[in-house]
Amino acid sequence: MKAATETEISSRPWWLALIWLTGAAAIVLTATPAGAQTVIRGGEVMTASGDTFEEGTVVIGADGTIKAVGQADMDLPSMEGEPEVVDASGKVVTPGLVDVGTRLGLAEVWAVGSTRDHDRGGQSRIRAAFRTSDAFNPDSTAIPVTRTGGVTSAVIVPAGGIVAGQSAWIDLKGNQVGHAHVTESTVGMHIQLGPRRARRWGLRSRAAVLEELRELYDNVTYFDEHREDFNRNRIRPMEASRLDLEALVPTAEGELPVVFHVNRADEILRALEFSDEVGLDPIIAGGAEAWKVADRLAERRVPVIVNPHANLPARFSALGARADSAALLAEAGVPVIISTFGTHNVRKLRQLAGNAVRAGLSHEKAIRAVTETPAAAFGQDEGYGSLQAGKRANVVVWSGDPFEMSSRVDAMFIDGESVTTNNRHRELMERYRTLDRRGEPADQRSDDESADSTSGSTSE
Amino acid sequence: MMHDMTDALTRVLRLGVALGAIALVGAGCAGSTKAKKEGDVTWPPADDEPRDLTPVTVEPETVVIQNATVMTATGETLESGSILLEDGDIAEISDETIEPPEGAKIVDGEGKFVTPGLIDTHSHIGVYSVPGVQAHADGNEATSPTTPEVDAADSTWPQDPAFGRALAGGVTALQILPGSANLMGGRTVTLEMHPGISSRAMVFEGAPGGMKMACGENPKRVYGSRGRMPSTRMGNHAYLRKIFQDAAELRDTYEDYREKLKNHSEGDKPTPPSRSHALENVISVLEGEILLHVHCYRADDIVRFLELADEFDFEIRSIHHGLEAYKVRDILTKWDISVSTWADWWGYKMEMHDGIPYNAGLISDAGGRAVIHSDSPIGVQRLNQEAAKAFYKAKHAGLDVTVDDALRWITANAAWTLGILDKTGTLEEGKRADVVVWSDHPFSTYAEAEKVWVEGHREFDRSREGEPWSDFEVGQGEGVRR
Repeated sequence: MKAATETEISSRPWWLALIWLTGAAAIVLTATPAGAQTVIRGGEVMTASGDTFEEGTVVIGADGTIKAVGQADMDLPSMEGEPEVVDASGKVVTPGLVDVGTRLGLAEVWAVGSTRDHDRGGQSRIRAAFRTSDAFNPDSTAIPVTRTGGVTSAVIVPAGGIVAGQSAWIDLKGNQVGHAHVTESTVGMHIQLGPRRARRWGLRSRAAVLEELRELYDNVTYFDEHREDFNRNRIRPMEASRLDLEALVPTAEGELPVVFHVNRADEILRALEFSDEVGLDPIIAGGAEAWKVADRLAERRVPVIVNPHANLPARFSALGARADSAALLAEAGVPVIISTFGTHNVRKLRQLAGNAVRAGLSHEKAIRAVTETPAAAFGQDEGYGSLQAGKRANVVVWSGDPFEMSSRVDAMFIDGESVTTNNRHRELMERYRTLDRRGEPADQRSDDESADSTSGSTSE
Repeated sequence: MMHDMTDALTRVLRLGVALGAIALVGAGCAGSTKAKKEGDVTWPPADDEPRDLTPVTVEPETVVIQNATVMTATGETLESGSILLEDGDIAEISDETIEPPEGAKIVDGEGKFVTPGLIDTHSHIGVYSVPGVQAHADGNEATSPTTPEVDAADSTWPQDPAFGRALAGGVTALQILPGSANLMGGRTVTLEMHPGISSRAMVFEGAPGGMKMACGENPKRVYGSRGRMPSTRMGNHAYLRKIFQDAAELRDTYEDYREKLKNHSEGDKPTPPSRSHALENVISVLEGEILLHVHCYRADDIVRFLELADEFDFEIRSIHHGLEAYKVRDILTKWDISVSTWADWWGYKMEMHDGIPYNAGLISDAGGRAVIHSDSPIGVQRLNQEAAKAFYKAKHAGLDVTVDDALRWITANAAWTLGILDKTGTLEEGKRADVVVWSDHPFSTYAEAEKVWVEGHREFDRSREGEPWSDFEVGQGEGVRR
């Protein structure tokens, strides 16, 4: 069966051969593993780091990192052996997209509880030690499906309780164990504000949630300063377990960002105030009314993760939801991140970004909102988020504007490795492309020429 | 039928017309068609026509849209077309400039695209209104597995802010259905996107009634969790067979009674059978007087429902959601059943596991009637993008679909599904002036519905940014509502 998309490998133009010939003499490299070196040439390269090349080049090294980015006619860095060349003329090249609000690999079928791992469960409202990385299933069929949307990395987010736990950074490299994988097991601590959470956990007011958090962070600080006493059991009672307290220490030191899931404007401000009180590095997720307090968020450069489709007053804490909130936030100078907050439909990320553009966000900022800004917010911008030499080679070659539904992924690289966008949906489609042997395995059908010869019959 | 009767669509008394439509549809549903065939004997008697309680005075616009790309959804696209809206109808479409009549407004369509108003065959706006609080949960009468007597129109809150957002997405008509907790959820209602003080004031004139049914996981989960039947798929099926059997028997009883009424002697007047409003609605399904919409995902569940239709000799208008419809698209095409589905929603529950983004494309390619529906107050705002997604997915897989086909998924095929294709769903002279002007090709993510006419009334104009649709959104503060 053919993959959904295949990398177009062009025959090398003569001038490219010249460059290599002349460069070859100078190449004295230590032996590199037989990784693929790739040169993507000719497309519009949107680096997400400030530069866009109308006709650009991206050079991927054998070590899976980006070696160079520049104009189409740039001099190539020296390489050992001949790279594969992707002719991207007329296409668009971007960094791999990043969605930092997902449950990928944490639920195979939502309504089937045994496949769902995003929520720790139990009676405790404080689950800081809970790590989604411990449950991540790299074989999830949703992962190859997500790649069709040009998404190469994601953050997988916990839910439940008030402190829900730790999110992890994953790469969508394959769907084999050891391929799609967790690259950073803890990138954020997730706290859920708002009345629904409170009530679910027996509290009757949103104020009670903040009260709990104050108590908790008082404990965290005390615990951190009295570890010896804690270990000798000579400490006042704590509201959370040792592992929970331990997990929260880096947040109080501003080393691990805290993602507040919150929508109402005044609650966003309280999250900021609370962050100041105890020294947190906050990120706002949801943020339906964040635009109302955009100046305050911009002042502190607090990133806000929004879903541009969420423009309805879906709940009382989101009466100010607007389609153009990403645009308003960006205008005020807030680092804007776009997320699907999804599991099976993370591939729609580009559509959401496109709708943010439709509502006034600049195309360039929308690209950054699904690449560079989320990588930076979660402390991953050293390796991710833009096309710059030295970063991981997570690169997507699109047939056109990534935000248009008419475009598709033509080629995709994660860590420099070409990955396929074939997936279970595509395979089901091929299995049912003809109905003459309904439900029989597709590979049996392809062996049977007589069946093949009638394959056009269903469209008549 | 209603179209002819209300030919002079001045809409001076909009509600009056709408209520008249309800009355006719209502009469139809009570088994009166059968009675008409018998001649004099009408039984059960038709319900009284409701009084016009909330008259509204509005005039449709006379307007010429010039120089636009006119996508008619009939297979034809006019590259530089003009269209005249007059008296609530499409008076003229031409690839030459139409001379505007006296007093007509002119809309310059240079660079713009014109399509029929979009139609959503599956919406719960107003029955699950936003904000999504318990007090707004009016979509599932989940107190019995079959509630054919209830009507979504009686739950619909016309102040749901989601109506206004749908309109801004180019939607001019939508079907509001009860939810899928019940095997037989109740009557559906087709609305047009005129604001109204009651749901009746929004009823699409002349649209036939509908019935919502559901198979698969939802009913068995809802009732099984209460230790009640149905708790299995076989329970679902048996329960449905029972109610269809009851309805068929009541129909026979009514028929007998009508016979006796015709032939009885003086002083020997037969006693009328006791009536069941619930079963009369099921009889209306059996008689084809209202259109049947079945929520069904899995291919085998769909086939099982077809078997039921075969057994009791009724018609299914549309399979809704139908994520596995592609596996039985030949059968559905042959039976002329449309499939109302999403572009790419899947994975939520077990019966959605085989949902693929090629569904609409495969159905269309097989000659079937594909429809992209929303089932969502968010999705309904960009049906055009959803159709575009499914279209390009199909195109890239080498399926035989055209832009016009895909436009029909959200216009003509949806109109057919709701029984209103003779009135709307395409841009053709004589049809209702349900028209959208887009800023760009509607399959572009960046395209916005700029102007939306519903039966000749400009209900939305992006350049005006007027009052909100919903009273709920009044006075919520500066900048709120977009």
